[in-house]
Amino acid sequence: MRKFDTKVQYLKYKVLREVAHQAWEDTLLQNLLDIPQMIVPGKTSTMRCCVYKERAILGERVKIAMGGNKENPNIIEVIDIACDECPAAGYEVTDSCRGCLAHRCEDVCKRGAISFDHNHVAHIDKSKCVECGQCAKVCPYSAIINRKRPCQIACKIKAISINEDNAAAIDNNKCIQCGACVYQCPFGAITDKSYILNVIDIIKKSENNQKYKVYAMVAPSISSQFNYAKLGQVISGLKELGFYTVVEAALGADMVAMAESKELSEKGFLTSSCCPAFVQYVKSSFPALLPFVSHNLSPMATLAKYIKETDGNAKVIFIGPCTAKKAEAQLDSVKPYIDSVLTFEELQALYDSKDIDITSLPEDVLDNASYYGRIFARSGGLSDAVAQGLREQNIEFDLKPAACDGIEACKVALLKKSKNVLDANFIEGMACIGGCIGGAGCLTHGDKNKTDVDKYGREALEKTIGEAVSVLK
Amino acid sequence: MKVTVCIGSSCHIKGSRQVVEQLQYLIGENNLGDKVELGGTFCMGKCQQGVCVTVDGEFYSVSPETVEAFFTENIKAKL
Repeated sequence: MRKFDTKVQYLKYKVLREVAHQAWEDTLLQNLLDIPQMIVPGKTSTMRCCVYKERAILGERVKIAMGGNKENPNIIEVIDIACDECPAAGYEVTDSCRGCLAHRCEDVCKRGAISFDHNHVAHIDKSKCVECGQCAKVCPYSAIINRKRPCQIACKIKAISINEDNAAAIDNNKCIQCGACVYQCPFGAITDKSYILNVIDIIKKSENNQKYKVYAMVAPSISSQFNYAKLGQVISGLKELGFYTVVEAALGADMVAMAESKELSEKGFLTSSCCPAFVQYVKSSFPALLPFVSHNLSPMATLAKYIKETDGNAKVIFIGPCTAKKAEAQLDSVKPYIDSVLTFEELQALYDSKDIDITSLPEDVLDNASYYGRIFARSGGLSDAVAQGLREQNIEFDLKPAACDGIEACKVALLKKSKNVLDANFIEGMACIGGCIGGAGCLTHGDKNKTDVDKYGREALEKTIGEAVSVLK
Repeated sequence: MKVTVCIGSSCHIKGSRQVVEQLQYLIGENNLGDKVELGGTFCMGKCQQGVCVTVDGEFYSVSPETVEAFFTENIKAKL
């Protein structure tokens, strides 16, 4: 039974689970300072140089599990003392260099940055090197490596630099809060703020949904998660936690697909607005293209708005794969509809904080959306849904989508559009590779996730978007 | 008169879309559009008795097969 991809996620989970457990029991305040020792007992270190450093870092993780630094508006935070200050020297020649005769590295280097010492071993002149990596590619001994920090490699929009203490630092003006660095940092030094306490508080104060009703809205990528159990058991588990009911955010996606296809036909060119990290990227790096971003709220906010309009006594908690959704929920345009956001990682911690073994629960049902709403979770799904929306509304429009898989692909498409050379009239912008199934808040990532989402899509009772949204009138 | 149909997962599987569509049709057919306000909600907490419908707060269990009789008895007759 594999719940997580990495041990970093597992560690983060243990902290979240303990914090949540204490919160349910109303003992968090009195036991707060003991949590690091509960997680790392004894005198022997298991991860770092000594137990004291491990516990100091765990103390920081507890703070982030409790909402993090209130002064820092970014959802993504660096734990300075956890940052291992990885080497960041760029391309370097290692001991594997055998001092060969061919000197392919020298020939391929257009900047003349490679020279040789008296043992014929290659050296790179850093003042000339532009980090193109060609020398590393041609070396038959793989003797040249790129020493770059995993966080900086993960951050394709270059929001991470190194501060004066040699730790990673995030530029809040550039950061889109996608969480790529969170998932990639091998030391777990970058992490997303958690609102798990906020969620527990909302559930508790509802007094079994008597004071108000707590709705869980789950993202369609949930079908690729918790694969040690059945989806129906995941739903039962949510009700066991105290949620009143569970609705599919995919129904919001169906609503968006209808509205967005219409908007596209009226405007002639459009980008999607579902992915909050993509929208933030357009805002910060391509402000001139902002008018082209769809004016529709995201599927999450669209459906939450509907829920709040039909049930004045509702609280809505979104549960998904996304760290950027936590930031989206704080936007003025979304705040009235979404009360809190959890990731799948946090949901796993929440189940276990109450010792809920979802595999032992009966299977509940989840069925609100169509095939098209559900496949929003993977790259290309949104474009398919917009094409279907045009068909179902009998709109004559020659759709040419550019489904951008990951923020690098988004950047290319946006750059082309800003120079008017993009051969497409619709940009599907997804910041994570693979779409939402690649989100940083997922428990597991893998090729099978797309298959799972497609399968879940085909299982939808309603086969068209029109059928799915017809109940909303 | 306010008629609310549950469109939560459980009722959806039992045919709430058909119930909503038929009610819409019957309301239109009988020209009651200005007298009956049809709406949806997610879950009324009585999933076993779905499709759950309320008429001015009063609860009824309806199915796509019984929706026409339900309309005649509990909506049309009470207006």
